[in-house]
Amino acid sequence: MENTHTSDAITLVGITKTFGEVVANKNVSLSIRRGEVLSLLGENGSGKTTLMNILSGIYYPDEGQVFVGGKEVAIRSPGDSFALGIGMIHQHFKLVDVFTAAENIVLGLEGHGKFDLRAVGEKVRAICERYGFDITPEQKVYDMTVSQKQTLEIVKVLYRGADILILDEPTAVLTPQETEKLFGVIREMKKDGKAIVIITHKLHEVLSVSDRVSILRKGEYIGTVDTKDATEISLTEMMVGKKVTLDIERKMPVDPVKRLSVKNLSITGEDGIKVLDNITFDAMGGEILGIAGISGCGQKELLEAIAGLKIVDEGSVIEFIEPDTGKADSLIGKTPRQIKNMGVTLSFVPEDRLGMGLVASMGMTDNMMLKSYEQGHSFFVERKQPHDLAEEIKDDLAVVTPSINTPVRRLSGGNVQKVLVGREIAAAPAVLMTAYAVRGLDIGTSYQIYNLLSEQKDKGIAVMYVGEDLDVLIDLCDRILVLCAGRLTGIVDGRTATKEQLGLLMTKADSGEGKAAHE
Amino acid sequence: MIQTSIIAWILRAVQFGTIIMFGSMGEILTEKSGNLNLGVPGIMYLGAFAGFASAYLYENGTPAPIGIVCILLALISAFLAAAFGGLIYSFLTITLRANQNVTGLALTTFGMGVANFFGAYLLQGEVYTAAPVTNAAFTAKIPGLSSIPVVGEAVFSYGFLAYAAIICAIILHWFLNKTRTGLNLRAVGENPGTADAAGIDVTKYKYLATVIGAGISGIGGLYYVLDYNNGIWATTGQIEALGWLAVALVIFTTWKPLNAIWGAYLFGLLYWLYNFLPKLLGATDVERTQSLYQMIPYLVTILVLIVVSMRRKRESQPPASLGLAYFREER
Amino acid sequence: MNKAESTAVREPLIRLAKQDGVPMKKKVGIRAAAIVLALLIDAIFIVLVTKLNPIQVYAEMFKGTFETSLRFMWAMRDMVSLLCIGIALAPAFKMRFWNIGAEGQVLMGGFATALCMMYCQNLPTPVLFLVMVITSILCGAIWGMVPAIFKARWNTNETLFTLMMNYVAIQLVAYATNILRGQASSLGTINMGTKIGWFPKIAGHDFTLNIIIVAVLTVVMFIYLKHTKHGYEISVVGESENTARYAGIDVAKVTIRTMLISGAICGLCGFIIVAGNKHTIATNTAGGNGFTAIIVAWLAKFNTFYMALISFMLIFLEKGAGQIASSFGLNDFITDIISGIILFCILGSEFFINYRLIFRHKK
Repeated sequence: MENTHTSDAITLVGITKTFGEVVANKNVSLSIRRGEVLSLLGENGSGKTTLMNILSGIYYPDEGQVFVGGKEVAIRSPGDSFALGIGMIHQHFKLVDVFTAAENIVLGLEGHGKFDLRAVGEKVRAICERYGFDITPEQKVYDMTVSQKQTLEIVKVLYRGADILILDEPTAVLTPQETEKLFGVIREMKKDGKAIVIITHKLHEVLSVSDRVSILRKGEYIGTVDTKDATEISLTEMMVGKKVTLDIERKMPVDPVKRLSVKNLSITGEDGIKVLDNITFDAMGGEILGIAGISGCGQKELLEAIAGLKIVDEGSVIEFIEPDTGKADSLIGKTPRQIKNMGVTLSFVPEDRLGMGLVASMGMTDNMMLKSYEQGHSFFVERKQPHDLAEEIKDDLAVVTPSINTPVRRLSGGNVQKVLVGREIAAAPAVLMTAYAVRGLDIGTSYQIYNLLSEQKDKGIAVMYVGEDLDVLIDLCDRILVLCAGRLTGIVDGRTATKEQLGLLMTKADSGEGKAAHE
Repeated sequence: MIQTSIIAWILRAVQFGTIIMFGSMGEILTEKSGNLNLGVPGIMYLGAFAGFASAYLYENGTPAPIGIVCILLALISAFLAAAFGGLIYSFLTITLRANQNVTGLALTTFGMGVANFFGAYLLQGEVYTAAPVTNAAFTAKIPGLSSIPVVGEAVFSYGFLAYAAIICAIILHWFLNKTRTGLNLRAVGENPGTADAAGIDVTKYKYLATVIGAGISGIGGLYYVLDYNNGIWATTGQIEALGWLAVALVIFTTWKPLNAIWGAYLFGLLYWLYNFLPKLLGATDVERTQSLYQMIPYLVTILVLIVVSMRRKRESQPPASLGLAYFREER
Repeated sequence: MNKAESTAVREPLIRLAKQDGVPMKKKVGIRAAAIVLALLIDAIFIVLVTKLNPIQVYAEMFKGTFETSLRFMWAMRDMVSLLCIGIALAPAFKMRFWNIGAEGQVLMGGFATALCMMYCQNLPTPVLFLVMVITSILCGAIWGMVPAIFKARWNTNETLFTLMMNYVAIQLVAYATNILRGQASSLGTINMGTKIGWFPKIAGHDFTLNIIIVAVLTVVMFIYLKHTKHGYEISVVGESENTARYAGIDVAKVTIRTMLISGAICGLCGFIIVAGNKHTIATNTAGGNGFTAIIVAWLAKFNTFYMALISFMLIFLEKGAGQIASSFGLNDFITDIISGIILFCILGSEFFINYRLIFRHKK
């Protein structure tokens, strides 16, 4: 540590936290200062959130010390954390849906005297006015938009008078305007002498709002730099460990044929908001179509709609073009089973691997059967083929597992993904959809997955790749479709696209100017 | 003639309602913390037995038993014994994260066993035994008011616990909706992860709500023996049925204590309908059809359950984490 | 600030961590330890309350089941009634559908059987049995299916729904028996003289058929859950509805079908209890087994052979307690206490299989 402990709001020394076999934080040391914004930068799965959850009392470290205001402390519960003036705004909001804003704010507070929600409401209103927040104390959380919920989280922390604020990926769900507003608030709080930590993996945000940047990589502390001395390139290097020269072999698509045709696809969510708004595009056999966007902009719904898992609005068209005859079959209103029975093989690697793509408590063999178990007329399941397939995938993709019957939830993230991707590819699909296929995987496994996807493309399969890493999208995909808040803002050529271009499209629809600007 | 019948019907219904009102209020408190305790019948047995036994032993051990002592003794013992049942449940489901449904059912078996096993020692071979002094103390009417014709008879002629139940329901409503602690408790039942992150001691809240809730349910059992059943103890399965009815009432009220007041009396009216139908409507052969009337509370509860799930009104749903154990480091 | 300072720099004394894949040996060890602990608690209880020598009492317990072969057969008879319901609950629980309504489903099955015995006496025996089986299965299935339909369509809470259905069944049977008994004080044994609709005696007992039927069911259900497509679907739905939908499984259909089977087997259980054992119907015909079986099914983790073991243990306790009661002049509610304590201990012991305790290490 370059500074003495006393001048720091928080100092972490040698923090280690493991979950079973997985090391989430390994010997991490860093400091957080008052009147300063610190960015905690790292890729998905680098241990940022775990580290901050140690400060918020959710996890207790296996090893290491925490100093707050120069004194060593033990944060054993969120209560301890509050008492130390630490407030964390979690990525997944910690709100009670059936409560009002005011009720959520006073939750867990020790009270003096009469419990007066109206007085709370006044104080909340004052905070909202000061920073220009648009929530009312009486509003129920289930009636709120995502950004209102986040605002409420911030108000909650401010109400409690926290002077150390931790924000976990606060911009993931926000529009650019909302983000700018949030940054304004953060700068305001900085002026008040608060210490602020932003967990993020977005470089431009780091550069625009923070004073210093601490970087984590695979749970390890890499270093801290002053933002004024940093550039996107230097930060990326620290974050990924080497220069981002992705070495993905990308062949030119060999005469791509239209395989999937999506027209005017809209989905209205439960709350009446359009999750997808009038999307039109084609997916070609023999190419990889990338899908870019801030998370939660409709990527998940798009893939699920094609897979037959989402009810779409009237007027939407999803057609599968048969490779041999060129006949177009509508997939609208069909369940996954019906789609399959039509002879259309759609493979889908969903974002939620253990909660959707696989059965966590089953071994590899039983997971192989998930989409094929009903084959044949027998009343009984047939386990011979799945067993052989499991063995094959285990060998081909080097899946590390004690046995093919070990429940897959006991495998590491990378191995779980190999099992899932392996199964989906083995189904010899006509269309292969993947959502965040490399999230949380190490570089080696990620490349294995990229190569697998490229191989599929070379076989003439239409591959759809929803990703978050723009470098990968640009280097892997032939075309990239960009979604923003449920709208299609553009489809660009992967070979000529730039990150700036994509970044612009990802934030475009929010300019308020009506329909998306795709050709 | 008809008037007397109606009054008699109301009398019976209110007394009946008081038993299950206590039972369900305790369970509402418990369920608000996210614990679905299906041990209510067992807990009511424990309360009933402990309350009766302490009063009985005191009555028979003292030459001139005093009513107020009987009451205090019975109330405290009933509350403590029932709370002990809640403590067993809490330890297993909260600390050891055992399955709530299964633990609750085991507690029902256990409570019923304990009450009837030790109850047999009091019975000493007899079919029933009584604690008359305590009964008199529990059923004492409000002097003056209870002799007002009609109104007095229908409203003011119950033992004090019947009024205590109503007050308890109002306090519970106030506690859950107007206090910080109540707000925190509801948060624990809705979303323990959120409550935990807000610095609420989830374990403590769950324990306290379940143990105190069990204690309140136990009072229902006590009221059954020492008031409703005229201070008579016998080996019976009646309390079990009442316990399940209390669980039904919780659903019927959509977890709101104020609804428990009229809901309990409604259940009571329905339960005793068979007995007063002949006098009211001249219906015959009601003895044989009584079971059909007694089925109505359950049918109505099912109906409420269905309607609530169909309407999806957020405020009428069961606590969101009902039945689930909480483990902070789950990931 | 004060709060944190006063709590000093110590990590918590004990922390928890989930654990997975505990070796079989250790699992068995933990459960055995739980039972030993329960027997110890029970022993203390017995000594305190009855002043009897607990070892003597436990020795006496064995007689309840093993003293004579007849007693053993009775124990088997009661065990299969319990086991049969456990088997019925297995698919529902495996699907994470909390069927607390077995008591009512069994009762409805038994009720149908009893009605057939009373009103279809003129049918030839094989036809009569066929009618009995079909109607009782049908009644049980309906009782199980109704909550499932609402669960599938509106996500209505099935724990509470099935629980309420028990009492609807109980009141219905109470009503019917009130009508059927006429002037008599109770319904009594049906067809006492003619034995129409009674199971034929095999090897000296009319409940032998019960044992055979349940033994077959045990194997069939085991295979159904483990080796059939239905069983596979049940596992997937139980694990995650999202995964099930992803795999193209119709969750509503599986839910309803599984509860239909669960209710049907309960109905069948009612049939064998009435035709093979009780030969009458009353509100207590299921005798609380519908609730006890929930515990059996849960503890056995849906493996029907483990269920047989656990059912036997519970019946052994029940019979043993009855024996103690008559030998030492206690009342047989002691069964409920002893088995309650054992169940508490076993339920609690699961914790040590699922979680790992980490004690504060010395600094």
